[in-house]
Amino acid sequence: MSDPIIKIQNMNKWFGDFQVLKNINLEVEANKKIVVCGPSGSGKSTLIRCINRLEEHQEGDIIVDGNELSEKTKDIEKIRAEVGMVFQQFNLFPHLSIIDNCTLAPIWVKKMPKKEAQELALDQLKKVQIDDQANKFPGQLSGGQQQRCAIARALCMQPKIMLFDEPTSALDPEMIKEVLDAMVSLAKGGMTMIVVTHEMGFAKEVADEVIFMDEGMIIEKADTKEFFANPKSDRTKLFLSQIL
Amino acid sequence: MQTINFLKPNRDNIKNYSIIGSFLVLVSLIDVISNAFLKINLTSFLPGSLTTLFPLIIGLIGLNMMRIDYSGNKTLDLLNKNINTNNFNALLTLLILFSIIKALPQSLSWMIFDATISGDSKDACTGTGACWTYIKVWFRRFMYGMYPNEFHWRINTAFILVIGLGFVGYFMKENLKKYLALYYVIIYPVIAFLVIYYLISGGSFGLQWVETGAWGGLSLTFIVSFFCLIFCFPLGMIFALGRRSNLPAIKYISICYIEFWRGVPLITVLFMSSVMFPMFLPEDFFMDKLVRVIIAITLFEAAYCAEVIRGGLQSLPRGQYDAAKSLGMGYWKMHIFVILPQALKLVIPGIANTFLALVKDTPLIFVVGLAELAGMLALAKTNPKWLGFAMEGYIFASIIFWIICYAMSKYSYNLEAKYKTER
Repeated sequence: MSDPIIKIQNMNKWFGDFQVLKNINLEVEANKKIVVCGPSGSGKSTLIRCINRLEEHQEGDIIVDGNELSEKTKDIEKIRAEVGMVFQQFNLFPHLSIIDNCTLAPIWVKKMPKKEAQELALDQLKKVQIDDQANKFPGQLSGGQQQRCAIARALCMQPKIMLFDEPTSALDPEMIKEVLDAMVSLAKGGMTMIVVTHEMGFAKEVADEVIFMDEGMIIEKADTKEFFANPKSDRTKLFLSQIL
Repeated sequence: MQTINFLKPNRDNIKNYSIIGSFLVLVSLIDVISNAFLKINLTSFLPGSLTTLFPLIIGLIGLNMMRIDYSGNKTLDLLNKNINTNNFNALLTLLILFSIIKALPQSLSWMIFDATISGDSKDACTGTGACWTYIKVWFRRFMYGMYPNEFHWRINTAFILVIGLGFVGYFMKENLKKYLALYYVIIYPVIAFLVIYYLISGGSFGLQWVETGAWGGLSLTFIVSFFCLIFCFPLGMIFALGRRSNLPAIKYISICYIEFWRGVPLITVLFMSSVMFPMFLPEDFFMDKLVRVIIAITLFEAAYCAEVIRGGLQSLPRGQYDAAKSLGMGYWKMHIFVILPQALKLVIPGIANTFLALVKDTPLIFVVGLAELAGMLALAKTNPKWLGFAMEGYIFASIIFWIICYAMSKYSYNLEAKYKTER
């Protein structure tokens, strides 16, 4: 077995007095797909935001691709460049066209020549099937198109890991499928993915492991089949019975 | 034949109502107009106070009769919706109309029909109207201050050059576009300063030295506003970012700076810059008064700019910061490419507001002895040969300031429209 690409040990995090994450231990191997589920407020989003240090943890270690994340980490930008993230609210840059959204970071962070960056961006946009919208602005696109663009934007940085923070929660039911399709094909391409989602269908289809979280703790972590077939804890059973 | 209910107009008799109504309004307007322009009182047969109230009463009744909802007549609907929604609004409409009509003949005759413009001394102004001769004679002073007449071409050339250089950005080649910000923030101000220094100040290239004390009038207004505007904006941006910094030293320095300059009145700042500031400097160090004043106003306005820009920064959703960070951008890249372009677009109205206030604050430099447009007016109106024409001068100045400020606000609207990308 190879070394895990993400390693979280005894991690604790507080917002003020409130402890959001309690004693998190997690290892993710390269090319694995992990789905994180659980009720809202359980700390799922905070957990994956800690992985690229959009949130700072107070105790424990997070090691991403061999780099430990802490206050001392100087080149956090370098680590973030290798960890793509897709947000619930898309967070496209509204003042830039779709293609510029995708080329901005490769050009200025990775110092890629403009032409190469544009070819790469068009390539990625084609994969999520919005290359025909490349010159429009985010405000002119539907939610599903915007989210697919956000996926393409993250992929343009050619990351090793992709984090998805409830990518379909802000979408109309009709648009969820097009985004999930893009994610499924990405998963089949062999990307390491951590996905916070309530789409259990997606979890069954692509996930290697499913993590169930509640009240800041990892309650259950199991292979996908195992997780859905015979969940161990009662909390998980209750959750699954409500969501399925 | 239908009976017409005069108190409650309805759609059935729309023709009758609107005709009678507009006739009554017309009568009231004719009465006021004849009163104001021809000095004929059509209603002199009525007893005293009723004469004055007559047009108002007739007009109100007329408007009341015209007030029919959904009349089907577009003009009438528009009228009713905007100026005639109820009796109170109708009253306001009439009062405003009447006061405009009443004020028109006097102001027109004062400004145009009875005004004097010929001649070149006070004696020419014998009429009851405005004395534009005064403006005509003093025009060069109002424009150029005490700057020697034979050198006015130097000011004109300098301004044309500076304005021309300002348009360079429009003609820049595509591959140079990325240096645009650099050009406007650093190169352009420096070039503009050199142009103004060498052309207007002179002293070299065979141009005679003209000290800044002689500068004045509208050209000085332009010079002061121009430099303050282009310097206070980047400075304000820096302090706005500084105030939101995570580094305590930078943060508290920015807060102190902003709160200090926002807390003191501009007039004291100007006094300090011209009276106190030189005392702290070494004897052999000399800084021109105009430069000190420009620096003082710049520092002062930068604090206001900073707060306006900070408002824009705060209105951006946190997700924009998250997204930029997650793509591996550091602080500067994130701000330059993602945050500032959006924030600055949001604060265009606020910045325009600050800039307009700045332009209109420039007359305050009179307190330190620099006479720009309003300052020259104050000098001119106390000239013994030209006493008593303050009114003409101030009207002239307000027209000029209005034109400048209106142009600026129009420009800011254009900018807003130009950078609008969403929705």
